[in-house]
Amino acid sequence: MPLLQISEPGESPDPHQRRLAVGIDLGTTHSLVATVRSSTAECLPDAQGRVLLPSIVRYGADGGVEVGYGAQAKAADDPANTIASVKRFMGRGVADVAKYGALPYRFVDAPGMVGIETAAGLRSPVQVSAEILKALRARAEESLGGDLFGAVVTVPAYFDDAQRQATKDAARIAGLNVLRLLNEPTAAAIAYGLDNASEGTFAIFDLGGGTFDLSILKLTRGVFEVLSTSGDSALGGDDFDQAIAMHWRVAHGLVDASGRDTRRLLAAARGVKERLSTEESADALVTLTWGQQLHLKLTRAEFEDITAPLIQKTLGPTRKALRDAGLKVAQIDGVVLVGGATRMPHLQRAVEAFFQREPLRNLDPEQVVALGAAIQANALAGNRAPGDDWLLLDVIPLSLGLETMGGLVEKVIPRNSTIPVARAQEFTTFKDGQTAMAIHVVQGERELVSDCRSLARFELRGIPPMVAGAARIAVTFQVDADGLLSVSAREKTTGIGASVVVKPSYGLTDDEVAAMLRDGFDHAQADRDARALAEQRVEAEGLLAAIRGALAQDGDILSAAEREALDAGLASLEAARQGTDHRALKSAVEALNRASESFAARRMDRSVSRALAGRRVDEVPTK
Amino acid sequence: MTPEFSRNHFELLGLPVSFTVDAAALDDAYRELQGRVHPDRFASAGEAERRVAMQWATRANEAYRTLRNPIDRARYLLGLKGYDTGEESNTAMPPDFLMQQMEWRESVEEGRARRDAAALEALRREIEASRAEMHALLARALGGERNYDAGCSLVRKLRFLDKIEAEIDDAVETILEGATTPRPARSAKGSA
Repeated sequence: MPLLQISEPGESPDPHQRRLAVGIDLGTTHSLVATVRSSTAECLPDAQGRVLLPSIVRYGADGGVEVGYGAQAKAADDPANTIASVKRFMGRGVADVAKYGALPYRFVDAPGMVGIETAAGLRSPVQVSAEILKALRARAEESLGGDLFGAVVTVPAYFDDAQRQATKDAARIAGLNVLRLLNEPTAAAIAYGLDNASEGTFAIFDLGGGTFDLSILKLTRGVFEVLSTSGDSALGGDDFDQAIAMHWRVAHGLVDASGRDTRRLLAAARGVKERLSTEESADALVTLTWGQQLHLKLTRAEFEDITAPLIQKTLGPTRKALRDAGLKVAQIDGVVLVGGATRMPHLQRAVEAFFQREPLRNLDPEQVVALGAAIQANALAGNRAPGDDWLLLDVIPLSLGLETMGGLVEKVIPRNSTIPVARAQEFTTFKDGQTAMAIHVVQGERELVSDCRSLARFELRGIPPMVAGAARIAVTFQVDADGLLSVSAREKTTGIGASVVVKPSYGLTDDEVAAMLRDGFDHAQADRDARALAEQRVEAEGLLAAIRGALAQDGDILSAAEREALDAGLASLEAARQGTDHRALKSAVEALNRASESFAARRMDRSVSRALAGRRVDEVPTK
Repeated sequence: MTPEFSRNHFELLGLPVSFTVDAAALDDAYRELQGRVHPDRFASAGEAERRVAMQWATRANEAYRTLRNPIDRARYLLGLKGYDTGEESNTAMPPDFLMQQMEWRESVEEGRARRDAAALEALRREIEASRAEMHALLARALGGERNYDAGCSLVRKLRFLDKIEAEIDDAVETILEGATTPRPARSAKGSA
């Protein structure tokens, strides 16, 4: 691992010393990886020059894993072990995936998230996604010629907490340092906004392979502010294929087709759908497992007729997003189409009719999300060019709340709150002498707990016995810049606390992720240690540079004793960095982080104070 | 380690402590503050700085959200003066306002039953006019008059206007949803 070189604070890094950062669009049907090179974002192609990687993973009985086109080619012959559209299963239980109809996989009702039984054993959707991410990481490292500093991974804006957490876990298992989870329509807006230096209010209409998002953003002098977001995390181009396949099955009496036949019909449906974007009619020949040949036909008019309900399904969320943003159609300055499914002419007509303006499509709708993610990754990695100080303010898509008596939801953070956001709510006991309280965290807009998604359950114990209603339990929700929730609870009269990072109900526990990480590296212990050491060294170097830079800028706010303590922390981290014990290095990093907490807080306070003082001085002459 | 959060929302954004807020100045101050404290600015910094950034950005969002919305702003300002608006506990309303409430509620129900989006929009305009009047009264009560009890009562009334408007939104939404999926045949009884 080459040592990273850091420039003086305030100086932009030399182009040769940039940190390698990528944006990854982990899509339902295709995935892409992009990076910024010579101040231009570009998607990285594979050896054959293809930028799209089919999001398909095949598990062989020999333990081999194939990702992308190779897996796609075998999908029809080995459907049970060839997992496509795994994004639909992320953070989802058996009951959720049943809604997708007949799928050729052997689902297992694993606790929390569904599992898939493959020739190589039981796999979580998180592990399947990690295989796709590993393939993209390998592509990027080969193309860029070095280890990645970090990645921005995109998620549908309408993904809930469980789906986001699952995506972040997948990236960790793939060995990626996740700089940020970024909402797909927001990523597209960055690519568009910075490309065209746009100002105004934009609607991003993003219909991908399996998800639909509609985000409304305001662009003002380099600030991308998401006003509202809405969507359907189970609606996408795949549903149009399913509708065509269903139409053919009914027409040809193939009510209970096998897994292989389902796959063949779907593949034919996809081909026909794509051709109907430019042709008036299309056909396909499909040979069924028992040898029967079918000549399947569809006209564009038929296609538009059978999929009209799907098009209609996009308009409800669109209206809701406008309403949440407090805007009328006439106040939208531009509409951007994102996602491969927006190539369908009848969809474009519907969007144009709704917004009464022609949508923008000048950037490739399949690449634009990855490009935007790459731009954000480049900025987060510290590679910003001077003056390149745009800022992104995003929101949470779904309200977060708690279960109260009677199975009702008390909302704590409403949807479309700008992140990061924290909110506390007080609750009390129901019975005299109650000493424990079950806290059930849910996400969704409905009033009944049973209609919302359960995110986590935990218990606050040790509440001193009091009469009903006397205890004061403050439950605090904190959503970070990735849109991920953590919850803590505290009984205020006694200070008894409990806290969780929300994961258990529909995610994986930290232990499970750690186990998957171990499985992911079939190397010897020595290799794993070498990798851990390399990662910790990067972390240590970053921290050393950050703290030295901070001391150079604001060292004067520290007392002599405080300065001495920080210098000692720097010295011992510097010493640990020369060694080869990754555990010792990790604890030195943690120690320095702890030692610098008060310094970090005071530095930020000074920065804000200076800004406020500056503004008051500026304002005086104008008054 | 909690950062020093002694400033109130107005001070944090460098604005005068007042119900009357210059919306453009508020937007600018918020964006400038986020530009300094947002976690994206510290993504490659140490863990301590990242955590401080999250706390500050959270605080900036809370300040902006509160000051941008007139009811939240008024409630917050009253809180700074030591007044509790008592929205959950104090449901007493003057009789004339109660009458007005009932009329509005009936109009919403009528509009919903008759699927009359135009009537609902007219009602919305009426409520908006009423809201603007109350905002002017609030500015006086919280400004020169320093009549904080009147301020609390106005906040309670405005809360009610919000609820009515949400009901109008729901009714209009239901009508629009019905109109697009699937298109209903025109009823013979319906008049033009």
